[in-house]
Amino acid sequence: MIKFFLMVNKQGQTRLSKYYEHLEINKRTLLETEVIKSCLSRSNEQCSFIEYKDFKLIYRQYAALFIVVGVDDTENEMAIYEFIHNFVEVLDEYFSRVIMFNLDKVHIILDEMVLNGCIVETNRARILAPLLILDKMSES
Amino acid sequence: MSQRKTFSQSKNSSGYKDLTGSFVTILKQVVGGKLPVDFSYHSVPAPWLQIQLLRILGLLGKDDQRTSELMYDVLDESLRRAELNHNVTYAILFECVHTVYSIYPKSELLEKAAKCIGKFVLSPKINLKYLGLKALTYVIQQDPSLALQHQMTIIECLDHPDPIMKRETLELLYRITNAQNITVIVQKMLEYLHQSKEEYIIVNLVGKIAELAEKFAPDNAWFIQTMNAVFSVGGDVMHPDIPNNFLRLLAEGFDDETEDQQLRLYAVKSYLTLLDVENVFYPQRFLQVMSWVLGEYSCLVDKETPDAVITKLYKLLMNNSISSETKVWLIAAVTKLTPQAHSSNIVERLIQEFTISLDTCMRQHAFELKYLHENMECMKRVLPVNKSCEDMVVDASLSFLDGFVAEGLNQGAAPYKPHHQRQEEKLSQEKVLNFEPYGLSFSASGFTGRQSPAGISLGSDVSGNSAETGLKETNSLKLEGIKKLWGKEGYLPKKESAIGDEAEAQPIPQESVIMENVDQAITKKDQPQAHMQSKEEKEKQLLASSLFVGLGSESTVNLLGKADTVSHKFRRKSKVKEIIKSGETTSTHNMTCSSFSSLSNAAYEEDYYLDTSQDRGDKGLKKFSLNSELLDSELFTALPMVKKPSNCSMSAPSLFADNNLEIFYPFPSTPAPAAKEISVASSLSEEPTEHMHSDLMEVCSNETISVLSYKIWKDDCLLMVWSVANKSHSELKSANLEIAPAENFKITEQPECCLPVMEAESMKNFQHSVQMEEPFTEGTVSGFVNYEMIDSHSAQLEFSVTVSLLDFIRPLKISTEDFGKLWLSFANDVKQNIKMSESQAALPSALKTLQQKLRLHIVDIIGNEGLLACQLLPSVPCLLHFRVHADVLALWFRSSCSTLPDYVLYQCQKVMEGS
Repeated sequence: MIKFFLMVNKQGQTRLSKYYEHLEINKRTLLETEVIKSCLSRSNEQCSFIEYKDFKLIYRQYAALFIVVGVDDTENEMAIYEFIHNFVEVLDEYFSRVIMFNLDKVHIILDEMVLNGCIVETNRARILAPLLILDKMSES
Repeated sequence: MSQRKTFSQSKNSSGYKDLTGSFVTILKQVVGGKLPVDFSYHSVPAPWLQIQLLRILGLLGKDDQRTSELMYDVLDESLRRAELNHNVTYAILFECVHTVYSIYPKSELLEKAAKCIGKFVLSPKINLKYLGLKALTYVIQQDPSLALQHQMTIIECLDHPDPIMKRETLELLYRITNAQNITVIVQKMLEYLHQSKEEYIIVNLVGKIAELAEKFAPDNAWFIQTMNAVFSVGGDVMHPDIPNNFLRLLAEGFDDETEDQQLRLYAVKSYLTLLDVENVFYPQRFLQVMSWVLGEYSCLVDKETPDAVITKLYKLLMNNSISSETKVWLIAAVTKLTPQAHSSNIVERLIQEFTISLDTCMRQHAFELKYLHENMECMKRVLPVNKSCEDMVVDASLSFLDGFVAEGLNQGAAPYKPHHQRQEEKLSQEKVLNFEPYGLSFSASGFTGRQSPAGISLGSDVSGNSAETGLKETNSLKLEGIKKLWGKEGYLPKKESAIGDEAEAQPIPQESVIMENVDQAITKKDQPQAHMQSKEEKEKQLLASSLFVGLGSESTVNLLGKADTVSHKFRRKSKVKEIIKSGETTSTHNMTCSSFSSLSNAAYEEDYYLDTSQDRGDKGLKKFSLNSELLDSELFTALPMVKKPSNCSMSAPSLFADNNLEIFYPFPSTPAPAAKEISVASSLSEEPTEHMHSDLMEVCSNETISVLSYKIWKDDCLLMVWSVANKSHSELKSANLEIAPAENFKITEQPECCLPVMEAESMKNFQHSVQMEEPFTEGTVSGFVNYEMIDSHSAQLEFSVTVSLLDFIRPLKISTEDFGKLWLSFANDVKQNIKMSESQAALPSALKTLQQKLRLHIVDIIGNEGLLACQLLPSVPCLLHFRVHADVLALWFRSSCSTLPDYVLYQCQKVMEGS
């Protein structure tokens, strides 16, 4: 099960966070700093999976952006690793360039893909369908 | 087919078995590329869906041959198709391997999966290597020889610069640890431990080291030093069980007394040298362990007089950095040493200083020491030398208070009610209307109220033991040591029993093949490049040979019948085994079956158990009783899977062989008498069942079929047999009987439940084994039969049967001594007095009623007191002590389950009233 989904920049600022298990707000900040610290300190040759407390972190770096996913130990790490890439491909298809000013839409996309900690949709066309309808409505 | 098909399937997969076929079809379609192209990710069709499906199949096929067989094809295809060199295909492969090793094994698939693991492990990409190690760690539990194939890679990963890889490798090594490679593995673990700073890792690793050290320690010095390292690194974050178990191990010792003394001596010496080092800070827990050991065993060291030890402890006591809890341990140690000391200067100084301490706890201990110091006689009685593990006699039932209680009751005090009962009463008072079914009623007439039977001195009758003493193991299944049921060759125990004598000879060559492989692997590498090898590589190979030693070879030793000679150094006395709780990682059961090195050995031992337990079971069936030893009854429950196939055939319903025929006759609406005869004849064939069973009872019927049912009270479950009789003259198509899942029950379908066609005037049997999940008084099992007539009109017929608690109560055969131990260990008790009618106001008749109606086992009869025991399936024991006094029967129940006594009491009342 996916426990949380984070998007962090290289300076360690959280851009997007989504939790699928309840965690108090102050504990979230603490967790995020620790998670980012452990991801930033790793080099390219090192493994993209980190064991952190009783769960696992899977991270992937895209230029200055880190995407970190926390999962429990029943999850297939490589599947999540590729899922991150799938997510980025979807973002890439929808936003031609800057995404940081459209965080609400990133949330919508993520909600289409992950539900209650489970991967529910990976088909790009279907993920974007509701978003495109929304866009059409706001245009007209 | 929607991709939104996600299943949050629970661990309990038995209810979903019928979906296996559809999952397999879906997976086949996905793998075969039947999905639209936009579902593909990097030209792999819906990879996450595949992974999800594979995981579900793994859950469904676990330990289930029939279901597993359905999925072999599609798994094979998945393995074959996933050849594209992309990350996501590796994710699918990993899941495939996981599934193949989870389900009922098929050798071809296992081979292919093992090859796949090679792809991962040998990959230069670090992420894949990590996955490979993870897969290997999982697979290795079933097939240790795979570790040998990849030993060099494992060694490389052990020295990997990435700590994550190292940790995963250590996890793998932890699973293959045995008596021969323990020193190397623990050394590697300690190295890692010294580098890591994260608390979670430390706690985890320290626990593992301590567990391994207890299990496989090669000698005293190594053991003590390893534990010293564990204590000083693990410090105050480690699990409190570790120091506790260590101290218990020291105190209780092993089979050999001189060996014990040497271990203790070594511990004392090593602690004294540790304390001599100046300016070193030890964790509090470590100091506590030291102070206990020094207090108990300093006297074993001749030259070191207790005075010197006291001086050292005094110095520690004066240290400000030590917590007050540790100080209490220290002062306790000083107290123990005081009678052995020659001069008492320091002790007096200590008393002086701490009797005015601000810490009340310390002050109390100081005063105690002062009193004992002045009164040496008392001191020797209170603190005998080296008797730490002698049993203290504790009367847990507090029988010495019975007089006091009786007096209080006479003066009109309210009788004591246990907590749960008070709560129940409170609840029932709050309600205006009682909506509860007539489950529990304690206000029924004929009872003189709860009262402590004064003068019962059971606690002192039986061999007293501390309250902790108890077979708590019975509460949970023991799964250690039962691992190797499924092997590469299939289902091991079953297979062996089938092959019989040959089986013993067969595994030996296999093991030796593995051994040869090792040798070859090493020698092959050695021969051609012997001179080209750098020193480094040689070192690595040396390490490999020390790490993987004993993986293949030891089992051959075991097979030669020397299973006991490989016993571990720190095998505790049998007495201890009873005390230790199961389920803990450090449990003694782990110690007796070395987790991995002698896996095959474990399988054979198990066979032995299995055979004997079955033998006994067979005998037991006739008498309708369980084994006399609790341990064995545990085995019964632990191996239901093994037993069932054999039992099914044995208890095949053929009740009509005996006098139940008469009951079968009065068919209310049977059109033709011929039908009966046929059906009776058809069911006459099998051998008669040896279990106790209920009478045949018709649960529902119409003009075409009728359903009859009876219960078989098997030793390990309640078996409900349904006989569906076709009364019509035409055959029925797809007749099927299904039982609805019910709360409280776990209903498992026995094989051969589905039959496509049912001939005219014939009879078919269905079986369901029922287990109860929580105690209750009465429940219903309901279900329906549906069938299709030849003229294709289908119909359904519903029925239900009541099942009561009594159906799940079985006698518990234990000795009086065991009874006493169990009695003291149970916390939940219920007392009740029942008035009896004239006719049964004697012990024998009351006993007989209880034995016959409730199936209680009579443990012992002492005068006018009786001891009875029963258990609720699968294995919740309930004990009953009762006393007959005039026409009053004083019942006293105890059990490990809080609600069970009440329910059994209720049944007793019913029985005693009814008779």
